[in-house]
Amino acid sequence: MSIVDNEKEIIEDFDLFSDWEDKYEYIISLGRELPLISDQYKTEEHLVRGCQSRVWLHAEKQGANIVFTADSDAIITKGIIALLVKVLSNQPAIEVAKTDLDFINKIGLKEHLSPNRSNGLVSMIQKMKTYAAAYSAK
Amino acid sequence: MKNNVTDIRKDFPILSTQVNGKPLVYFDNGASAQKPQAVIDSISKYYSTMHANIHRGVHTLSQNATQAYEDAREAVKKYINAQHSEEIIITRGTTESINLVAHSFVKKGDEVIISGMEHHSNIVPWQLAEVNLKVVKVKDNGELDLEDFKSKLSKNTKLVAITHVSNTLGTINPVEEIIALAHALGVKVLLDGAQAVPHMKVDVQKLDCDFYAFSAHKMYGPTGIGILYGKRDLLNAMPPYQGGGDMIKHVTFEKTTYNDLPHKFEAGTPAISEGIALGAAVEYLNKIDWDWAAKHEEELLAYATEEIKKIEGVKVIGEAKHKAGVLSFVVEGAHHYDIGTLLDQMGIAIRTGHHCTEPLMHRFDISGTARASFAFYNTKDEVKIFIDALKRSLKMLR
Ligand SMILES: Cc1ncc(COP(=O)(O)O)c(C=O)c1O
Repeated sequence: MSIVDNEKEIIEDFDLFSDWEDKYEYIISLGRELPLISDQYKTEEHLVRGCQSRVWLHAEKQGANIVFTADSDAIITKGIIALLVKVLSNQPAIEVAKTDLDFINKIGLKEHLSPNRSNGLVSMIQKMKTYAAAYSAK
Repeated sequence: MKNNVTDIRKDFPILSTQVNGKPLVYFDNGASAQKPQAVIDSISKYYSTMHANIHRGVHTLSQNATQAYEDAREAVKKYINAQHSEEIIITRGTTESINLVAHSFVKKGDEVIISGMEHHSNIVPWQLAEVNLKVVKVKDNGELDLEDFKSKLSKNTKLVAITHVSNTLGTINPVEEIIALAHALGVKVLLDGAQAVPHMKVDVQKLDCDFYAFSAHKMYGPTGIGILYGKRDLLNAMPPYQGGGDMIKHVTFEKTTYNDLPHKFEAGTPAISEGIALGAAVEYLNKIDWDWAAKHEEELLAYATEEIKKIEGVKVIGEAKHKAGVLSFVVEGAHHYDIGTLLDQMGIAIRTGHHCTEPLMHRFDISGTARASFAFYNTKDEVKIFIDALKRSLKMLR
């Protein structure tokens, strides 16, 4: 599935939720399920700083694709990371570098990407793209 | 005198709005308080009927605007009981007030005592001034360690700069005692009053502090404006902070002479509408029955503290004997960011994070807290809503 297909699927999932509680319960459950980053990468070097919650991100090249693993100390942040990983991981690096991630707006989680939240997500997405751009240039 | 919360709430239009489809419960007053209609009207009236630059024009508008701005200074002077109106320096806020003192009162290498519970704006200006900083310890219950203070204070100390009320812990520091100890050795004292002024009437002469810094936006006034109170002799002896218009008497390329207080420290066109609206905020606060307000806020805090402690895994950070308006807490198994996010969905605004007091977070070995902070317009019903919403959030998170 392409990035766009992944995004579509998530938008369809979120369309089913009638209230905020269902939506956040789902995000929290995604956070719980997110395969954790392996301990060796949960280091200062992989830390994306946000002043509210912390995010760890690791990127790896597999052929033309880029694979992300990530973690956070806050479960909602982690759930949103799970969505980003679902959409972007195992995709061609060149596509990841170009994507605009509009689905976050469409599922009503835009506020989590405002710099004001300082939850590390904005910097994480920037890092994902930087890695992708670097890998596709190689 | 205003002493009825139902009536007082009607003065603050934002309090009857909805957030995320729920009635707003605003418990982020420590970050910034909401504004009464009188303050909002003052800004609108100023721009509709009065605006001109101040201290410059001979025309009527300018004179009226100047008068209104200076009336506001006078209102602040009376409100905090300063002796002279030129002791009221109008700044951008607490942060600029402290930076001014750090720039003009101390020099590199001077010894300055602060505490472990200071806001970054009472830490970083001193670091920029390259003073020799000594930090008073904070006890486990969130009170200042006075013995540690005494052991650090000496005749070599140039200034003690300490918060009156902690924005993170709510601790009301024993500032009278601190000032008496410092003055006995000839040491000057600056109080960061950002979190005190919203909760109590402050009398700078009674306190006998040398400097007192606070922000209008936390005391129900506009953003972008605040006050540095300083004793006249000290301010007179200090060099200007910034150069520009208004702060000079005469300028030549050879020699410039500075204006008198308070203008010496007020370079450039100020925030005029905000200054005048600060005057309106003070006028509003003059109508508040402060004995009632103190008791009301105390009851809110006591009730919220009691209820929150009943929730399993909740730990209150800051349990000083004397507290004002702040309930900081951490919860086992739930991150403060997640708690804040879910409460927001239910229309409740709290603050989460380190509250610009990172060293204090390290002191308690936590990454942040969730903080509910109250104002006199909050109600027990809102506390109930908050506690129920917190329980609901924790059910989802744990
Ligand atoms: C104790 C304390 N000091 C200083 C400040 C800084 O105030 P301002 O940002 O209005 O300059 C704050 C506000 O967050 C505060 O709570």
